[in-house]
Amino acid sequence: MPLTREQIASIAALARLDLSSSEIPIYQNSLSSILEFIGALEAADTANVVPMAHPLPGQSQRLRPDVVTESDHHEQYQANASQVAAGLYLVPKVIE
Amino acid sequence: MTDLHRKTLVELAAGLRARRFSSVELVRAYLERIEASQATLNAFISITGESALRDAQAADAALAAGAAGPLTGVPIAHKDLFCTQGVRTSCGSRMLDNFVSPYDATVVAKLKAAGAITLGKTNMDEFAMGSSNETSYYGPVRNPWNTGMVPGGSSGGSAAAVAARLAPVATATDTGGSIRQPAALCGVTGIKPTYGRVSRYGMVAFASSLDQGGVLATTAMDAALVLREMAGFDSNDSTSVDVPVPDYVAGLEQPLAGLKVGLLKEFFDKGLERRTEKCIREALRVYESLGAVLSEVSLPSLPLSVPVYYVVAPAECSSNLARFDGVRFGHRCANPRDLQDLYRRSRGEGFGAEVKRRIMTGTYVLSAGYFDAYYLKAQRVRQLINADFIRAFQSVDVLMGPTTPTPAFAIGAKTSDPVTMYLNDIYTIGANLAGLPAASIPCGFVEGLPVGLQIVGPHFSEARVLAVAHAFQRDTDWHSRVPRDYA
Amino acid sequence: MSAWETVIGLEIHAQLATRSKIFSGSATHYGAPPNTQANLVDLGYPGVLPVLNAQVVRMAVKFGLAVGARIATHSVFARKNYFYPDLPKGYQNSQYELPIVVEGALDIVLEDGSGKRIGVTRAHLEEDAGKSLHEGLPGLTGIDLNRAGTPLLEIVSEPHMRSAKEAVAYMKKVHTLVRYLEICDGNMQEGSFRCDANVSVRKVGAEKFGTRAEIKNLNSFRFVERAINYEVERQIDLMESGGKVAQETRLYDPDKGETRSMRSKEEANDYRYFPDPDLLPVELDQAFIEDVRKGLPELPDQKAARFASGYGLSAYDAGVLTASRELAAYYEDVVREVPREPKLAANWVMGELAAALNKENLDVSAGRLPAARLAGLVARISDQTISGKIAKEVFESMWSDGSTADEVIEAKGLRQITDTSAIDKVIDEVLAKNPGQLAEFRSGKDKLFGFFVGQVMKATGGKANPAQLNDSLRKKLNG
Repeated sequence: MPLTREQIASIAALARLDLSSSEIPIYQNSLSSILEFIGALEAADTANVVPMAHPLPGQSQRLRPDVVTESDHHEQYQANASQVAAGLYLVPKVIE
Repeated sequence: MTDLHRKTLVELAAGLRARRFSSVELVRAYLERIEASQATLNAFISITGESALRDAQAADAALAAGAAGPLTGVPIAHKDLFCTQGVRTSCGSRMLDNFVSPYDATVVAKLKAAGAITLGKTNMDEFAMGSSNETSYYGPVRNPWNTGMVPGGSSGGSAAAVAARLAPVATATDTGGSIRQPAALCGVTGIKPTYGRVSRYGMVAFASSLDQGGVLATTAMDAALVLREMAGFDSNDSTSVDVPVPDYVAGLEQPLAGLKVGLLKEFFDKGLERRTEKCIREALRVYESLGAVLSEVSLPSLPLSVPVYYVVAPAECSSNLARFDGVRFGHRCANPRDLQDLYRRSRGEGFGAEVKRRIMTGTYVLSAGYFDAYYLKAQRVRQLINADFIRAFQSVDVLMGPTTPTPAFAIGAKTSDPVTMYLNDIYTIGANLAGLPAASIPCGFVEGLPVGLQIVGPHFSEARVLAVAHAFQRDTDWHSRVPRDYA
Repeated sequence: MSAWETVIGLEIHAQLATRSKIFSGSATHYGAPPNTQANLVDLGYPGVLPVLNAQVVRMAVKFGLAVGARIATHSVFARKNYFYPDLPKGYQNSQYELPIVVEGALDIVLEDGSGKRIGVTRAHLEEDAGKSLHEGLPGLTGIDLNRAGTPLLEIVSEPHMRSAKEAVAYMKKVHTLVRYLEICDGNMQEGSFRCDANVSVRKVGAEKFGTRAEIKNLNSFRFVERAINYEVERQIDLMESGGKVAQETRLYDPDKGETRSMRSKEEANDYRYFPDPDLLPVELDQAFIEDVRKGLPELPDQKAARFASGYGLSAYDAGVLTASRELAAYYEDVVREVPREPKLAANWVMGELAAALNKENLDVSAGRLPAARLAGLVARISDQTISGKIAKEVFESMWSDGSTADEVIEAKGLRQITDTSAIDKVIDEVLAKNPGQLAEFRSGKDKLFGFFVGQVMKATGGKANPAQLNDSLRKKLNG
């Protein structure tokens, strides 16, 4: 079933993507055809199959010793930011 | 010294050590070739000529002092999603057009430590999402064999650069075929190692459970040398595997007699173009003549690999790319009205159409009500595909088949329908889903366009895969063909 | 009797007291200048990857064992996806479907001495977010990511609490426990220990839970109590006036003493959890778990039980004295000096000492009054050198100038009069001075006994031994 304009708008809102009204029908079409394409999965018999989240089986998380290895480089790191002041990253006012 | 570019990396390293030519000469020669090609091929996003020449001088000093590493003075190019300290790392995106990485990716640091010199950063599909290099913010890369054709993607810049001998080797990444498919379309050798073999630290993520760094080179021997230097355990990457790295170069000369080669039945399907198939069949006969034993193998779940991929990869990418919000780095829209406006416009302007499409697909398949039907289902089918591969490798040593269904297609031919474009990766995605090492090597031409043979091995069998590729290249010369304009 | 029953569950966030962050080698000190403790991983820079801190796992297991929970040998980090400026990656790494600690319980003791068992549904590991600062930035918010990536243990209770008091008792119990285990510094002002309260009401006897509201980020016991009480009243008023409680997130405003809806957190609340592909499952073996178990300290309940039986204290007193490891150690240091007076020592530690510390906002571990000093005072009460009443005066001097009990007693001449003949002499004088009252007493006005005690105490400056005084006075009055 093709996605509606509203569905595209709500996905874009969730993903925080600004779409123009002319872009919406383009994504309506392409996402609908992608969903139809991946819908082929439905037919696969996956009863009792464990989902596979990692490509290498049997691996487990390695643990790092609790040691401080980092020093202050905030000026260097903030060189890539558009708006900073007094060491803070700035954004339009957040209303809670 | 106008023919330096015709040498392999191994020959160049030997020549440098024997001081037959200097690193400065070599780097200068490649930089000239890059400059001359840019207007036509557009293979590079950034060219780091100044620092390359400086590094070359230092390399020459080291060579003179007898303090050379395995790659000292040898030029290479990096795909522009490997972070390079002090150099723009754009990922082919407007989002990161202004981004200068404050650190080196582990791969970059390791190759630097081995002595390699960075010529520049190669063009790519935006955030590695594409199969034709047409989604780059910096414009498409053209195929050196026919500039009306795509080079493949997403590592199209790296593949075109190696094919046109703009660099002897280039790093690349492969999430669903992004090393092997452009290798095939540009007539070069590419290897995607086992997942976890090469550190992902500093490699800007597309889909974390599929991404793997690798090499594009003219020969399997060159690929072996570079992979040996870039592979290995990295404590900064939790998915990096602590398995010793064999000397891939020393392991190249394995006899092929008795090698059990499985022909992937599902790859020789109706989608495989007839003349491409003919090239593949001829390559298989070469292997037979070298002593390999061929048999047909079926992986019944493999045809579902593309749908699985187009759930898993977008899901992971939708989350991986959430960090690009205009706050700490990357594109920020002008005069945001409020926080939501900042997010939506920065991301809306910073990402191109294909990236947005995949983010939205991923957002959708992970969202409430669809997670089980799409994401979880895909993870289960992924398990089935993985099981198919494990079963296959109980009876064969390597699997072979075409890398792509057709040779390079025309620029613009598939941009209107994403699903048609996605199907270009139909033969390559399986290895990513199962985390397997896989290579593509040149094995012929169709109407002047290269065809690639794919070799897939079990986990951590890079040495075997490279040796199998090398054996073919000892017996054939497809890999040493150079596009006419770049000979 | 109210027709409504309150149902409360708490989600407590305890910052784990590690040196470095959960996924990076950045320091976790509180109060550093903005963004000086945020490295590339904490900032979510392109290309960086997380690696899990071993100490974080050990601490979570410690907690799990201490609440008698099952330790999951296989736990998984998921990504909770949402956009917020204090969340650099656009997702929070958090254990979701498979947490590391499952199904434990804690026993709380209420003020009336009754006990109750509160279920701990789960405890899982996750990373903290940064901080948003609004002051001094007109129209803007400043983001400090020093806190981003600080390890948190989120401790989720069953909805077993039925009043704000129970909720506070449970939260205090968890607070005590995490400090005993040395996995959290418990500093609530700095936000190291805070909670979200899920509050609902239902008709008494109803089986189904009512719709709950989640009150976010409560960082003091007092706020927890007030916020819950306010919220309960609000929900009851709403229901009684025919309204419906909305499932929503609310914020407690300590200045106004009320909760209000946080609509901004509500919109598009679809977190799209999925297992984090950058982190592998955390696998623990029994040997590791046993190793952690061996390193556990004596736990608050074990200590309280030992105090109750060994020192003859009430369950409530034992609970108070074991509320922190430091207080319990102090008490035991006092008792070691005066082994025959555990109850008297307990009264002094919980009474005068606690009040004095409280007044100056000090912790017992600050060493303001060493245990040996307080024991010296208790010893003088015990051997009847001074009375309990005089002892309070001595304590004040000891507290203000740091002298010992003996020094104060000597300097001020506060030694108790235990010489019977001396006491008798004073009694005789008092009786002689008050013939009227004596006559009244002898004619049956028993209440005047107290009057004579007071007069004798006054005449001796309070130093007469009370028991001896009572004894002699009774004899003389009746004689």
